[in-house]
Amino acid sequence: MSPRTDPSRTPVIAGIGLSDYPKAPHLDSVGHNVLAMQRALEDSGVEKSAIDGYVSAGGGSGMNVDAGVQLAEYLGIDHRWLDSTMTGGSSFEFHVQHAAAAIRDGLAETILVTYGSDQLTRMGRMLGTGGFARTGDRIGGANQFEAPYGNSLVGAYAMAARRHMHEYGTTSEQLAAIAVGVREFAGLNPDAMYRDPITVDDVVGSKLVADPLHKLDCCVISDGGGAIVLTTEERARDLRQPPVYVLGAAGAQTHWNISQMPDFTQTAGARIRDVVFGRAGVTPADIDTIQFYDSFTITVLLLLEDLGFCAKGEGGAFAESGALRRGGSLPLNTDGGGLSSNHPGMRGIFLLIESVRQLRGQGGEAQVPDAKLALAAGSGGWLSCIGAVILGKDRP
Amino acid sequence: MSDDRDLQLRTPDRPLPKPDDVTSTYWDGCARGELLIQHCPKCGHRQFYPRAMCTVCASTPEWERASGRGTVHTFTVIRQNHAKPFRDLLPYVVAMIELDEGPRMMGNLVGCPVEDVAVGMPVEVFFDAADDDLSLPFWRPAS
Repeated sequence: MSPRTDPSRTPVIAGIGLSDYPKAPHLDSVGHNVLAMQRALEDSGVEKSAIDGYVSAGGGSGMNVDAGVQLAEYLGIDHRWLDSTMTGGSSFEFHVQHAAAAIRDGLAETILVTYGSDQLTRMGRMLGTGGFARTGDRIGGANQFEAPYGNSLVGAYAMAARRHMHEYGTTSEQLAAIAVGVREFAGLNPDAMYRDPITVDDVVGSKLVADPLHKLDCCVISDGGGAIVLTTEERARDLRQPPVYVLGAAGAQTHWNISQMPDFTQTAGARIRDVVFGRAGVTPADIDTIQFYDSFTITVLLLLEDLGFCAKGEGGAFAESGALRRGGSLPLNTDGGGLSSNHPGMRGIFLLIESVRQLRGQGGEAQVPDAKLALAAGSGGWLSCIGAVILGKDRP
Repeated sequence: MSDDRDLQLRTPDRPLPKPDDVTSTYWDGCARGELLIQHCPKCGHRQFYPRAMCTVCASTPEWERASGRGTVHTFTVIRQNHAKPFRDLLPYVVAMIELDEGPRMMGNLVGCPVEDVAVGMPVEVFFDAADDDLSLPFWRPAS
């Protein structure tokens, strides 16, 4: 039998681990990777010596472009399969796509993905509003056409929100409903950075950072790290946790720099939607919970539309309907998300970890009843690179 | 221009481009007061930012002078930026300008209150010098 059609090689997530967050001054970026790995190994029961594939996007503050191989060396991973795909915050959804294919194809048996960043401790909270170019800088590459004008990271997403409002009549109140629902889940997570309930009025009454986005439309800045272990269904049988099946995964890019976004109201999610749902053999209506990259409220709204949970332009009404809240039909970001819990810079791995917790039934107070299918969708860059993974509790 | 100080452009204090073999043609145009974009002699595609090839068909593009007129495709009003010199210019408008020729480019829209800026607003380019060799394009409401 070819490995590709061998059901015993069905890729699963067998282990998950979080380092400490939202503020962990005792850890640097490497330390977050180490602690998350240790906890993922402990969670799964996988021996470290069994890891023969490794993925890191790097991306921790203080790391260089060779972070992936530096980390592989530091962690002592004797890999025969390696991936260092870096698409920003969605890197980890791309990683699962690649790792699942490698496992299915027999290129590796047990793959470790790690991430960690000490962004809050090391850099403070300035990233979204002026961590880029300043007086005296000389900027090359594509950014030479943006840097002179003082846009911020928040401003990039704000331009997408403004265009969506113009084309579809989306309101700040509708965007705010996303932040309110995610905060409700954060209240159930003792580690979340912000836990007190908020209202739509609180969001739209918070300070404008870059019109039309307010402070409470924006994610937090934190420390944190995560790790996942992928292997075959067959190997997972002897491990500690029930396997979570990788049913479908896809990723694509429309641009990198925000000024090159072809359509400010549509992400690459629209391009991968049919691939990820087609692979999984399910539809948006089948999904029990979504863990979406909530760098900003507009990020969630665009992903909802582009991945087919509602029609283009109807994301605002969908968010306002309450479907995304605790007890709704499609609970969003049950760990409190980037909007309220943690965001160390590249949040995509936490979307996968929380999806796995939900499908194992380990969601605690935030558990979605009888969750069988979860969709993790990451956005990297400036709505640039979208990766989506459908995970299932039951064997495909 | 005479109204530079009123507009608080602070051009010499801004982060400035580092022109390369391709983009220097564009920046040389700005220094002359001309806004240049690229078009493809093979497939007709127009593009910005400047590249060594057409993004549609991979042919070598040619330069053309744009009219310097366009509309606001989308925009934001930046109200927080901790970096010099922008922290002294708040609030200011960063906009995506859709040129009449088609391509879009990022820029600052000045010369009107930030509250007056709207999607679809007609705008025109003007240039402000950072030094003898380098000028930046800016945008103001069309006259």
